[in-house]
Amino acid sequence: MTAEYLLRRIGVFFLVIWGAATFNFILPRIADVNPIEERMSQLASRGAVTSGNTEAMIKHFEKRFGLDKPLLEQYVRYIWNFARFDFGFSIAFFPTQVRSVISQALPWTLVLVTMSSLIYMFLGMALGALVAWPGASRAFKLLFPPIMALSAIPYYLVGIALIHFFAFQLEWFPLGGGYTVGSSPGWDFDFYLDAAKHAILPALSIILVSIGFSAIGMRGMMVTTQGEDYMLLAEAKGAKSWRLFAWYGVRNAMLPQITSFALTLGHVVSGVILVEVVFGYPGIGTMLLQSIRNFDYTLLYGIVYLVILSIALATLILDLIYPRLDPRITYAPRS
Amino acid sequence: MTTAQPESQGSMLDTTIEHQEGSGFVRSLLAPFRWMRAYPTLWAGLFLLAFMVLFGIVGSQFVDPELARAGTVEIDLSPGQTVEYRVKGEDRSAFSVLGTDSQGRDVWAVTMLGTPLTIYVGFLAALIGMTIGTVLGFIGGFYGGIVDNFFKSFADMLITVPVLMILVVVAVTLKSSIDVTQQALIISAFVWMWPLRTIRAQVLSMRERAYISVAQISGANTLEVIFLEMLPNLLPFLAASLATAVATAMLTTIGMDALGLGPQNQPTLGNTIYWALFYSAPFRGIWWWWTPPVLALALVFGSLYLITAGLDPLANPRLRRQG
Repeated sequence: MTAEYLLRRIGVFFLVIWGAATFNFILPRIADVNPIEERMSQLASRGAVTSGNTEAMIKHFEKRFGLDKPLLEQYVRYIWNFARFDFGFSIAFFPTQVRSVISQALPWTLVLVTMSSLIYMFLGMALGALVAWPGASRAFKLLFPPIMALSAIPYYLVGIALIHFFAFQLEWFPLGGGYTVGSSPGWDFDFYLDAAKHAILPALSIILVSIGFSAIGMRGMMVTTQGEDYMLLAEAKGAKSWRLFAWYGVRNAMLPQITSFALTLGHVVSGVILVEVVFGYPGIGTMLLQSIRNFDYTLLYGIVYLVILSIALATLILDLIYPRLDPRITYAPRS
Repeated sequence: MTTAQPESQGSMLDTTIEHQEGSGFVRSLLAPFRWMRAYPTLWAGLFLLAFMVLFGIVGSQFVDPELARAGTVEIDLSPGQTVEYRVKGEDRSAFSVLGTDSQGRDVWAVTMLGTPLTIYVGFLAALIGMTIGTVLGFIGGFYGGIVDNFFKSFADMLITVPVLMILVVVAVTLKSSIDVTQQALIISAFVWMWPLRTIRAQVLSMRERAYISVAQISGANTLEVIFLEMLPNLLPFLAASLATAVATAMLTTIGMDALGLGPQNQPTLGNTIYWALFYSAPFRGIWWWWTPPVLALALVFGSLYLITAGLDPLANPRLRRQG
């Protein structure tokens, strides 16, 4: 890996998050919305504040949020704050910081995305490899078309059907949520078990759909590796069938999967957010829906910025470890 | 390729077509269509998509649009009952095939009107995005330079960004209610990246082929090379990119709708899902509310998937040999 590539790649990462932050800054100013004024009139319509003192309150809040300063100063401050993950106060849950609202929801989403991604990558690669392997059982070939058909459907639509059959009719799983209402989140075994039970259906709706994506890529790569000379050589040397499959076929075919995973990560996360909305899962997605319904702009911008940042960071890390996993790839300059 | 039969037909057709190649624009335009006989997956996808479009367009003619408005009929009726309702002082009745939802809409009417609406948003957004992507791809592949560099880097960056997040920010901030066409226009700004990459890569490799050089030496200008030599060969790619783009755009539109950011008061399939979730239909066992939109979407997505998969051997001839 050359220093030039490394710098360029990290530069792109910062460009993406700078773009995301700038976008969040510019858009409300172009659209000319004033979140504080809106929140006030929302409160006024509910009778929470009387119309007489709203003027003064708006002035006060604008000063507090720094909205009375010149635009450039506001911008620099904004970017500086975003760089430190300081998104200010949530408008809907006022005294609470956006950062602490998000940090409550983030672990739920991180665990859900990571666990289901690992499972679907593993199952998809296994299925794709076995479908392309001449020695494997025909059962895998029969399994392939239904899995592929499922991959065309958005996660959350599968999620709705899963809720109906497994939670509503069969009552095997709880109806939505992240944990049983009333139980307090803690570090004990019972809570983990309860949370795991709640996570199975959301995870399943992601896994069922995504196996197909992973499997079809893997199948293509396995077909290609089987034509390679090293396979022939290994076979001629008398390597056992499973060794050919695992160490010569799968080992070489699995690496491009990482690239396709990195490219689809944004898509996966958008899908997971909607799955959370369907299940009422207490992660970033449900928080996002709440911020939309409450017109909680600061929370919304914070969430969107953080999601873009996490995906950009994950893609960067995958890009950087890729040459370590696959010695054939070097980011050396073309000679 | 699952069976050997279409495979052998395919190669037979290929050889006949190769003999006729070079005999004009119309023939090369029609070539992919003649190949289709050999590709049942593609046909199945096209038929299914055409069926869903017709189903919605024809079906919506026989449906009273009033039934798709909230508060028209009695709520939460299970399927197969006759409903009585009043419109502007006039008593009407209808047979409710799929029952009614918790807001007093007839689910059958909503599905009939919503299916073409959702497909329309997907196609409009994809067509605009495809056009932008194709034009930029050709410019980039042909001329290169700073413009190409800029758009390619921009596309590479945008591909990793979750588009739905950007759209959520746009929709919430602008807040003024949008209609389906405006929604399609906004989405089209985020579906040009994949077409650009695909087309650009193809143009780059095609530019070096002998027949392009021959055409250029024979005095064809750039436009002639693009429209007469390159575009006909790119048709399978364009069609496959379009199908993928439609799926992406539809995914995005129902994603926006499901978050409550879709066109208001329009019975799109995404909005139906939003309201079904809002009233916890899946948790209350009101299956007739969410099943029709989910099923309609599954069929449309399935048809687009079949089209893309069916075009794959055409777009990547190497796959044909592998089987």
